[in-house]
Amino acid sequence: MAEYEPVIALEMHAQLKTASKMFCACSASYGGSPNSQVCPICLGMPGTLPVLNKRAVEFAIRLVLATGGTVHPRSIFARKNYFYPDLPKGYQISQYEFPLATGGRISIDTEAGPKDIGLIRIHLEEDAGKSIHQENGESTLVDFNRCGVPLIEIVSKPDLRSPAEGHLFLLKLKQLVEYLDICTGNMEEGSLRCDANISIRPKGAEKFGTRCELKNMNSFRGVERALNYEIERQARILDSGGTIVQQTLLWDEKANVSMPMRSKEESHDYRYFPEPDLLYLDIGADWIEQIKSSMPELPLQRRLRFVEQYGLPAYDADVLTSSRSLADYFEAAAAVSADPKLTSNWIMTELMREIKETEISKIKITPENLGELLLMIKSGEISGKIAKDVFAEMVVSGKQPKAIVAGSGLTQISDESYIAQIIDRVISADPDNVKKYLSGKEGLFGFFVGQVMKETGGKANPTLVNKLLKAAFGRLGKK
Amino acid sequence: MELSLEKLKAREIGALIAAGDCTCAEVAEFFLNRIESLNPKINAFISFDRSAAMTRAERLDSLRKSGKSKLSPLYGVPVAFKDNMQLKGQPTTCASKILTGHIAVYDAGITIKCLDAGMIIVGKTNLDEFAMGSSNENSAYGPVRNPIDPSRVPGGSSGGSAAAVAAGMTPLAFGSDTGGSVRLPAAFCGIVGLRPSYGRISRYGLVAFASSLDQIGPFALDTKDMALVLKATAGYDRFDSTSVNQPVPDYYVSLEQGLKNLRIGIPREYFGEGIEKAVMEAIDDVIRGLRSERIELVDISLPTTKYCIAIYYIVANAEASSNLARYDGVKYGLRIDADSLIDMFCATRTSGFGSEVKRRIMLGTYVLSAGYYDAYYRRALKVRSLIRADFEEAFKKCDLIISPTSPSTAFAFGERTDDPLKMYLSDVFTVAAPLAGLPAISFPCGTDPSGLPIGLQLMGRYFDEESLLRGAYHIERMLARG
Repeated sequence: MAEYEPVIALEMHAQLKTASKMFCACSASYGGSPNSQVCPICLGMPGTLPVLNKRAVEFAIRLVLATGGTVHPRSIFARKNYFYPDLPKGYQISQYEFPLATGGRISIDTEAGPKDIGLIRIHLEEDAGKSIHQENGESTLVDFNRCGVPLIEIVSKPDLRSPAEGHLFLLKLKQLVEYLDICTGNMEEGSLRCDANISIRPKGAEKFGTRCELKNMNSFRGVERALNYEIERQARILDSGGTIVQQTLLWDEKANVSMPMRSKEESHDYRYFPEPDLLYLDIGADWIEQIKSSMPELPLQRRLRFVEQYGLPAYDADVLTSSRSLADYFEAAAAVSADPKLTSNWIMTELMREIKETEISKIKITPENLGELLLMIKSGEISGKIAKDVFAEMVVSGKQPKAIVAGSGLTQISDESYIAQIIDRVISADPDNVKKYLSGKEGLFGFFVGQVMKETGGKANPTLVNKLLKAAFGRLGKK
Repeated sequence: MELSLEKLKAREIGALIAAGDCTCAEVAEFFLNRIESLNPKINAFISFDRSAAMTRAERLDSLRKSGKSKLSPLYGVPVAFKDNMQLKGQPTTCASKILTGHIAVYDAGITIKCLDAGMIIVGKTNLDEFAMGSSNENSAYGPVRNPIDPSRVPGGSSGGSAAAVAAGMTPLAFGSDTGGSVRLPAAFCGIVGLRPSYGRISRYGLVAFASSLDQIGPFALDTKDMALVLKATAGYDRFDSTSVNQPVPDYYVSLEQGLKNLRIGIPREYFGEGIEKAVMEAIDDVIRGLRSERIELVDISLPTTKYCIAIYYIVANAEASSNLARYDGVKYGLRIDADSLIDMFCATRTSGFGSEVKRRIMLGTYVLSAGYYDAYYRRALKVRSLIRADFEEAFKKCDLIISPTSPSTAFAFGERTDDPLKMYLSDVFTVAAPLAGLPAISFPCGTDPSGLPIGLQLMGRYFDEESLLRGAYHIERMLARG
């Protein structure tokens, strides 16, 4: 079997999280009950006309600026014509010959070091509705809520050389759109979507192979799996002396296989032409400057700031800024705890363990509550060990740490006379070890601390225990 | 008092109401009765809602009584809409079977303007299906008859609106003009029809035929009424991105200036072969009259004229093929059920559209198809910009351009239906202004030997409806003096 190198280009669609739709005033939010966010315009009622949402253009420009592309002074909307029930006008308003922007790149961190993946273009378009095929197979319902939600299409160059690179690239894009606050980046909800063009060629060859298009991948891992599947499929064909037929394949996420699209569905002539209902989109340099000056902080900038402002190690800063939501979480928690490093430690261990299972937005512990918890450790109110129990309780209930501690008697014992009593008891119960300690076996000190903690169910303030135990031995030694 | 209002101008009716000589309800009732009695013969209206119009009229009366009504010269004046404009709660058929049962769910920009001006919308008028036609013979609701001679077509596609005004069924009406659909029927029916500059009146709620050409335009009995109705309905609409945010002048006040300081261009390409003798003579008479009044007349040339019809039918049909895609049986109007989705689309559209509409969808689809786009559509856009440049050049030498509206007067039913190309040539003088986005007006300048009206067209600079109306008013008065 020959060794092949895949050549991959990704085509991504990101739903812009503007308040209203691309061409009408309807809400663009996700998850409303079917057909509750529609009006004559997005339903394509006869006689309606589109009016461009300026905010959508601004969001798209943010991404162009963040990826170093060129915003064209004039771009033109075009109609993409095809018939489908969830496309109420019979055409999608998109951009074709004259896109919003061209060029730019996104850098990914491969094992071999950073690698720039070039972008061909970024353009604006509107989303279609959603067809819901009934289980009985008898009817299809259409939900037009999504219809007219602003989208940007991002087309990469064929610079990706492995499914893993593709996966990294997608994660990078997700990170970027989150940071730019223009898209939720949620593939499962479809706010970020990805199609792929992929071909393979013998390693070292210059000529590209015949490419196939992969569609319908609904998760980040799904993209990687689908690409791997496709590489194997193409390799099998070439190894057996066959030739690759250019076609579109649909990925089946459940079955982990891809199936060719029916050729009838594929053979579209979209008859693009300039959208006569909209003016040319002219973007002045002053507007771009304005957007530039109000750009949200990008991942790299934030990483550097975390090192500088919070004195965090580079590794911590890197992990914490991997997503905007995590970085936001850290900053909100650190603002309360006033101890960035302690906060970072807790997030990178305890919180990250939880995030592995779910998303940060679904974590019940608010960053403020985490900050409170850390404050309680610092003030000696609870020990680090107890804090972990409290944390576990917070994960489940989302309650405030103070309430949990008060309700379960977990508060640290800082009563000196009480601790002194315990110490007296521990010392008098073990005269042998006391003797050994006093005769120079200092390693036994920890043993006595442990005994005291055990007696108090771990609630004694360890600092106080240390201090009082030393004092007690001091008194004994003088005798 | 037995009212007789059918010969009155809109402003005269408005004045009667303002003076308290009659009520809005009396006016509405008079015209509704007239529609009811004449429509079986003329077929100008597809629908009219007597009770809605009367309710509106009574409300206007009570507003006026309570002193809360706005001062508008058109307060209480009836108006009709071509049935491709949205009037909430009323059917909008576009004279097509495919919109059977469709009730408008919103008001068009023009609807809101008319209501704001205190007008009463009396009904929806007949048209060529989706405004595609020059004779009003392509209607699922039957042809409109020319009130001047019922054996003749009223012109299209806004034939219903023109016939309604000419027959005194309403003093004002709106049509839409894509390639001449207001001006041609105005000429054939002997009234005034104006196509404003592209972007002057909101297109929001006008069912699209060809978006880059469509403009709503009024019909009136004379230029003064036209000035009033344009003033009331022109202006920017934030729901139409292609409408232009420019102040609307008081056209009525400036009418009296007539052709003072205005030069009239005579384009040699518009005075060639194929024009009926009576039409040519009538226009020549006007030109002679102007010359004797020492109006400055300038010979001009519009070399791209010979391409206009071809360019028009490429651009208009391309846009139409896309604009009419939404009528697919999924959301509203007609649906013919079938076993598969694609079969349902096909069955619905095959049954719902008439043959002219289908012809244009096919032509438009063809010129946008892969492999043909460059040869047809892209080239047409290039020529279209040359046509614009022609006019820019011409308007350096003159302020208005004069021509016949149509080479002929109203023709007989069936005369051109078998030959689409011959039918398309009815628009030979009217398609240039839409291609260039310019305003143009048609108004009567005489009759042929059989008494059929002859229309004269003036074209003006972009957004210079003012000069257009002044010119029309000047010539109208000159002709009235004889």
